[in-house]
Amino acid sequence: MMTVDPTTLAAIVGMASATVLTRLAGFWLVQKITIEGRLAAALEAVPGAILISLIAPIVFAKGPAEGFAGLVTVLIAKRAPALVAVAGGVATVALLRAVLPQNLSL
Amino acid sequence: MEKQMEKGQMESPWRGEAGEGLVAILPVVVSVAAYGLLFGTLAAQQGLSPLETFLMSAMVFAGGSQFVALDLWTTPAAIWTLTMAALMVNLRHVLMGASLAPALANWPRRRAYGALFFMADENWALAVRRAAERPLSFTYYAVMAAALYVTWTASTTTGAVLGSGLASPERWGLDFAFAAIFLVLLMGLWRGPSKSLWPWLAAAVAAVATHQVVAGAWYVLAGAAAGTLVGAAMGGEE
Repeated sequence: MMTVDPTTLAAIVGMASATVLTRLAGFWLVQKITIEGRLAAALEAVPGAILISLIAPIVFAKGPAEGFAGLVTVLIAKRAPALVAVAGGVATVALLRAVLPQNLSL
Repeated sequence: MEKQMEKGQMESPWRGEAGEGLVAILPVVVSVAAYGLLFGTLAAQQGLSPLETFLMSAMVFAGGSQFVALDLWTTPAAIWTLTMAALMVNLRHVLMGASLAPALANWPRRRAYGALFFMADENWALAVRRAAERPLSFTYYAVMAAALYVTWTASTTTGAVLGSGLASPERWGLDFAFAAIFLVLLMGLWRGPSKSLWPWLAAAVAAVATHQVVAGAWYVLAGAAAGTLVGAAMGGEE
């Protein structure tokens, strides 16, 4: 309950330091240089590129259950709040895993 | 003058900077609490104790990067991988902070940096919208930030306490929650086919290809680098 592993704490401190840096950097930078052109375009592309990279092996290459559940999530998210879409995706993948034969992969 | 303001606030708590900040953040708080419970549950599945979960939420306070960290979590924790992943996922903060700078220009410098520590997607968006209508007050921002901070730390810790009792998350599809959350976040980042299609396609192809060949979390770096480079290459042409 109240345990703290030293390596875990070090990782949390590392994550926190990196995150603080990103929070303060923009405000600080804008007083030094103007962020525009390719630098702005690169910074803008970063979050989407990271999120795509994280989901692509799961949604596009793991199996039919994950691929179909990804599609369901996106379709629900177009009409309903985000949390409903997440719940729908999770329910879909659980259902398909129970129904589809295991070890089936694309 | 001060007395009049005090009296006005007593009569109607939803008026004034504090009340308006609270009204603005309330819908966000509800959904953040639900995400927080989910995060705590998944953190418990990865072996994090409630105190470790609390520490991460209180010190990092960035939901997206915390979900990514759990996705990459190993025992013992890979300190540099997790630090670099947090840096990359949170790079968007640089742009957000830059865009918030004009609204904070007249604040005392220490308050401005303090406010930036608590900057998250949600209160950033609300602050920028507020600043477009009238000067952003410290009270308005502080109320939003405090509500978000307390909700996130409390809900994630609660989730971690409850979540350790849940067995075999795969059976309930809970491992897919990450992918689903990221998919929904991605939809909010879509800037139309002319801007987003090629960077995203490059990232997806690079990530899947690397994932097939190289073990570990390198596929995230490969995909992020590919997508960012394509985005940068396209951005200079306007």
